[in-house]
Amino acid sequence: METVFKKVGSISFSLLSPQQIKKMAHVKIVTPELYDKEGYPVEGGLMDTRLGVIDPGLRCRTCNGKLKECPGHFGYIELGRPALHISYIKAIYVFLQTTCKECSRILLDDENIQKYQGKIDKLKEMGKDDLIPKVSKLARAGAKNVKKCPHCKAKLNVVKFEKPSTFMEETKRVSPIEILERFEKISDADCMLIGVNPQYARPEWMIMTVFPIPPVTMRPSITLETGERAEDDLTHKLSDIVRINQRLFENINAGAPEIIVEDLWDLLQYHITTFFNNDIAQVPPARHRSGQPLKTITERIKSKEGRFRHNLAGKRVNYAARTVISPDPKIELNEVGVPTLIAMELTVPERVTEWNLDWLKTFIKNGPKVYPGANYVLDGVKKKKITAETQEVILTELTPGQIVERHLLDGDISIFNRQPSLHRMSIMCHKIRVLPGKSFRLNPSVCNPYNADFDGDEMNLHIPQTEEARAEAEILMEVETQITSPKHGLNVIGCIEDAVTGNYLLTDDRTEMTKEEAIELLISIGVEDSKKLNKFKKKVTGKEIFSAVLPENFDFVNDKVTIENGQLKSGQIDPKTIGEDNGTLLRDINRSYSGSECVDIFGKIFKLGIAYLQKRGFTITTSDADIPEDIREKAKTIISDAITSANDIIDQYEKGKLKNLSGKTVEQTLELMVMQKLNETRNIVGKMISKTVSDTNNAIIMSRAGKGNVLNLAQTSILVGQQALRGGRIERGYKNRTLSLFREHDKSPEAKGFVRHSYKNGLNPVEFFFHAMTGRDSLMDTALRTPKSGYLYRRLANALQDLKVEYDGTVRDANKTIIQFAYGDDNIDVSRSENGTIDVKKIVNEVSKKTK
Amino acid sequence: MDISVDITAHILVPKHSKMSMEEANALLEKLNISINQLPKILKSDPAIHNLNAEVGDIILIERNSPTSGKANYYRAVING
Ligand SMILES: [Mg+2]
Ligand SMILES: [Zn+2]
Ligand SMILES: [Zn+2]
Repeated sequence: METVFKKVGSISFSLLSPQQIKKMAHVKIVTPELYDKEGYPVEGGLMDTRLGVIDPGLRCRTCNGKLKECPGHFGYIELGRPALHISYIKAIYVFLQTTCKECSRILLDDENIQKYQGKIDKLKEMGKDDLIPKVSKLARAGAKNVKKCPHCKAKLNVVKFEKPSTFMEETKRVSPIEILERFEKISDADCMLIGVNPQYARPEWMIMTVFPIPPVTMRPSITLETGERAEDDLTHKLSDIVRINQRLFENINAGAPEIIVEDLWDLLQYHITTFFNNDIAQVPPARHRSGQPLKTITERIKSKEGRFRHNLAGKRVNYAARTVISPDPKIELNEVGVPTLIAMELTVPERVTEWNLDWLKTFIKNGPKVYPGANYVLDGVKKKKITAETQEVILTELTPGQIVERHLLDGDISIFNRQPSLHRMSIMCHKIRVLPGKSFRLNPSVCNPYNADFDGDEMNLHIPQTEEARAEAEILMEVETQITSPKHGLNVIGCIEDAVTGNYLLTDDRTEMTKEEAIELLISIGVEDSKKLNKFKKKVTGKEIFSAVLPENFDFVNDKVTIENGQLKSGQIDPKTIGEDNGTLLRDINRSYSGSECVDIFGKIFKLGIAYLQKRGFTITTSDADIPEDIREKAKTIISDAITSANDIIDQYEKGKLKNLSGKTVEQTLELMVMQKLNETRNIVGKMISKTVSDTNNAIIMSRAGKGNVLNLAQTSILVGQQALRGGRIERGYKNRTLSLFREHDKSPEAKGFVRHSYKNGLNPVEFFFHAMTGRDSLMDTALRTPKSGYLYRRLANALQDLKVEYDGTVRDANKTIIQFAYGDDNIDVSRSENGTIDVKKIVNEVSKKTK
Repeated sequence: MDISVDITAHILVPKHSKMSMEEANALLEKLNISINQLPKILKSDPAIHNLNAEVGDIILIERNSPTSGKANYYRAVING
């Protein structure tokens, strides 16, 4: 087949006329049979070799091309009776409604015809042909529901459409033949008015009298292992059409009764309808013998499994693996643990040279079943599988220039991905680390960019196969290049869980250990710099230990922590310094040091936290929720005071003395004030706890360096607080009350979801019920909102995907049309900023320090 | 079309003004674009109702911006 390279100027879609169908056809199909007894395609059958070839040995009898040379050719059949094309059924309906059944004129009076015709002519003159359909739409609307033809004065009946493909006038059916006759009589001028350009299409072409038979190349049969031939669904459908069409002809010619002919006609209509679309309401889908519906034209195109989403938008690749992920804090940030099983299946092509010949031979000797081995050897275009039999020959014939596909080794480049790939960091380059087990292992610090957890998540791994691909992956996609997020300029990779808590406790002013303990701790996480370790005195503080993992000459200051020359002078490390998404310390390190240094420092900080926490031990007990008696008493008065003042407000309201706030009704004002009063209590109690409770309390430590906050402790030990549903106090339930045990219109705190008890002391039944209400509500809310917001994000990302910041700072789309005149109005590259701003003072300080 | 409420007086409607020929040409020159690469605004847009703008004019919109304080935006007037 000759390939022509040309730019497509424009495409116009139109209808095929019966003449065109015959003209483009090369065969008239006369028999539903496919093959003769010898298994050769029957002449005039649906697999006729004039329709193209799908067998490697045969040649097309139309163009003499072989398989893959011949694009295939159409055939046709003459239909015994016309059939409606299901995709145009709506248009047919509209044309029936808007034209006269007697004279086929459009049902508009001459005045209106002239009006619309004038508009169309004017638009044509102006070259605005694309607006003509709008005029036609108006004309059609005007021609509907007309009782008497303005031209021949014939009385008209309402045409009713009965799904899927029947039209009724009164009680009489309008047969496709009649429709055909009516449409044929429509003048070209009227065609334009009802919205069909006669240059390209005629209304009657929507009714098929000749049926095109698509080439066999678009419906190839497949040979099963048993040697049987399985035909394509389209071929099945086509043979149904041809068979019924033949019977229809036979019966008509034999002068069979009209009922039989009509039955066959209906059947033909059914087959032709399902040929185009096998998923129409009111039409039972045509099925295989197995009961599974046939995949006809429409099903090939639409839906997730269709041509667009499956074949054109969806791509599949080799050299990829997918399995469950699990955490391993002992491997580096930029590594991925790969099961040996997978490492033996995925391969890296390694070109044989004089220098690596012996090394590669060791892989071939191991073969495909021993790790580290090799699976294939490529010699030019020949691909040889390494097996026990071929091993010897391949080994002796191995020469420079060949390519060995060897198993994965530690340090190989890979691309790691978790769906949904919503941002750049969803696909990153990791170094392979072959490990036992069956899951991919990843450092828990990279969970955040992938949005991964270990409740069964699976991830995909790809092995780049060329030097270019590997280089690209390393330079653009390595984890260390992705630490700072382009969306806010902060670090997406940071310490989590034990690593935060460990470092927090380690850098407590009171933490101290012997020199031996400190050295043991640091050696265990890979700090072996004797210069640093020898500096330790007999007693070593936690801050000194933490400083040992920091680079020398590193400075850092925030509102709590001060680091000078790589020494933690004061302050305690917490999520604000080393956590993810706002760990300013980590971000500063990332900015000042190279990628590999960052991975090293981050890894050490992370491991130090974990190692120290393991050494010290950390847990939580019920007694952590034991709040000192005096604080509890104070809290009690705070709560009862709040309830009293809430009741006071309610009292005022009931006496009609409550004044409404501007823009609010009295009821809204009441709710607002009461809510505010009651919500306050929990916050006041929380503040009181964090001020007074000892900072050795495990729950407090967790709230400062780990998960949760002080409110969680307040809820367990003092009070759970007001339960909110849809932004207000609880409203629902019975008429004018929340539960049957309250009086109607009871607005008191306890009747509207205020929980004054703590989790530890226990809720009363009413409180428990209110608490369950909000619990269920938030559960439903998250379950329903997640997919909604996910889809919203996807639509947004798709709409904006090819916007780009040009060199002049403007944001433009693919047509270079301007969307924004300065990126973000201030032309700041957010990924180079600190949360969207640039701290000029800091930069000046840094620069002046360097020049000193 | 008559507008009974002057929306340009509303606090959320930024200031719209018609650019002179010289200004417009200078802008297109600066951005190195033709007028149809600019964002569009309908001639019937209520915000430019009082500007007597014609198709092909360029409207300057002076907006407040949370990032840069003030930000200028330009729109080409189109039919409709
Ligand atoms: Mg999960
Ligand atoms: Zn051919
Ligand atoms: Zn008529």
